[in-house]
Amino acid sequence: MSANRPAFALSSGLTYALPLLLFLLVGFAAPLLAVVGYSFMPSRSFGLDHSPQLGNYAEIFSGNSYISFGWSMLFAALTVFLLTLICYPIAYGMTRVFGKWSPVITLLFTIPLFVSENVRLYGWILFFIKNGVLLGTLKNWFGIEPEGWLFTRPMVLLGMVYVYLPFMLFPMSLGVAMVPGETRDAALDLGASRWQVFKEIELPLSMPGIIIGLLLTFVLAVGAIAEAKILGGQTIIPITHDIEIAFTYAQNWPLGAALSVLLMLVVGVLVLLVLRRFDLDAILGKK
Amino acid sequence: MTQRARHALIWAWTLAVLIFVYLPALCIVLASLTSSRYFLFPIQKWGLDWWRKTFASIEVHQLFKTSISIALLVTAIAVVIAFFGALAFARYNWKGRSIYQKIVLLPIFFPQSVLGLALLLWFNALGLQMSWQTAVFAHLVWIIPVVTLVISIQVYSFDPTLEEAAFDLGASRWQVFREVTLPVLLPGIVSGSLFAFLLSWGNFPLSLFTTGADTTIPEYLYAKMVAGYTPGVPVLGTVSTFGAAFILLGGYWLITLRRANQLKDN
Repeated sequence: MSANRPAFALSSGLTYALPLLLFLLVGFAAPLLAVVGYSFMPSRSFGLDHSPQLGNYAEIFSGNSYISFGWSMLFAALTVFLLTLICYPIAYGMTRVFGKWSPVITLLFTIPLFVSENVRLYGWILFFIKNGVLLGTLKNWFGIEPEGWLFTRPMVLLGMVYVYLPFMLFPMSLGVAMVPGETRDAALDLGASRWQVFKEIELPLSMPGIIIGLLLTFVLAVGAIAEAKILGGQTIIPITHDIEIAFTYAQNWPLGAALSVLLMLVVGVLVLLVLRRFDLDAILGKK
Repeated sequence: MTQRARHALIWAWTLAVLIFVYLPALCIVLASLTSSRYFLFPIQKWGLDWWRKTFASIEVHQLFKTSISIALLVTAIAVVIAFFGALAFARYNWKGRSIYQKIVLLPIFFPQSVLGLALLLWFNALGLQMSWQTAVFAHLVWIIPVVTLVISIQVYSFDPTLEEAAFDLGASRWQVFREVTLPVLLPGIVSGSLFAFLLSWGNFPLSLFTTGADTTIPEYLYAKMVAGYTPGVPVLGTVSTFGAAFILLGGYWLITLRRANQLKDN
């Protein structure tokens, strides 16, 4: 800090960051602390004015919430895996193939993002339901009536892949755009095979974007609830469903809070571990 | 495989995925155009009856009012805070910047349903009554960071020497801001506003826990899907899909138009 400035002067950056930081303190940090606080309150209490105890955690670890945790983790992992395969060719196309069409395609993938998840999932119900678009067509044109696919586990997966697709695609596209064309061309000129270029150059250099995509999709998918509810018909009970039940029907806020704390721990550790290593300037395009 | 074949394959794959993405929207539109009470495909009786009924409903007017009030207020507040947040994110080099950047990302990398519950508990601990105003606050918690990122991408391509030149020519801080910084960053601000409005308009998990007695369109649709389906559901769904597309295309068009004008001027 220069001598002619008063000792309490903030740097320009910090001044501009301050409103946002204060807002997140009140709107993000404080609520999370409130959840932690509630998780130590006695069962079925609604205030924070009891002495802290560990009953809720004991209840969770002796119960079968781990099954719901397992489903949430498994389906989030499967979603991430499938989306990696689905999105990479498109992300690659965005920088190398589509040319002037690239903004249009980006826009087309963006639009559904702004329509409520519920509405879009409901579209799948109308597609798959008995006498719906798919089965109605099959029946009328081909005279076949297969069994419905609705309310099964693969359906939940389809819903999740569908909803979280943009969250994988956009970071991945940013990542692929980071690969310098010259490096690629140089390798090809030097006689590298297409596969070698992919493995040695394109994949490692686009890794930051890909990992951000993996992380974002996983974190959001672990918190998914609507897919299992709307398309899954109780074939899967995700952890978020347990949490919601605790808060609504069971009227047991402290238990719900304790479950949320565990979910937050998983997500938080993962996010902090991965984000710590990243230079965001490089990914978002500082020249 | 030749390059041509590979590119053709990538095109085909992308188009297939786009069809997958728009298939449910298409089903929703179809379902809104039927005259019967239940959705049967192929549609026996086409008609716009449910569109008329939906738009005549006072309940639906109230829903629109609530959703639009929330979205407008969220947009106005989010853009102002995020604009300065983005300057701190991408324009200035300062000591805590790298940590700050990560803090901004945290609410985005967080399950929204849990965030909604956390806010419910927090409002409750503060003794606040839930209403559409608390929902505005809840939406802001994740929309401000998103908008900050969107504007930051524009700020990264901003040339700081423009500001310095203006200062050297004797402009005041406010003049530099109004005549240089703001106009140059306008496209980022426009796309940031679009994001803020649309994300708030379509949000469900945060609204669910924080609106109290007020109801937004996504909440209403969800309630109707779970119990009491009428073709009014696809009608509202269609309106919100096309609304989003319309606003987004309009914004995109505005930005490209402006850019074309700038190029002409130069």
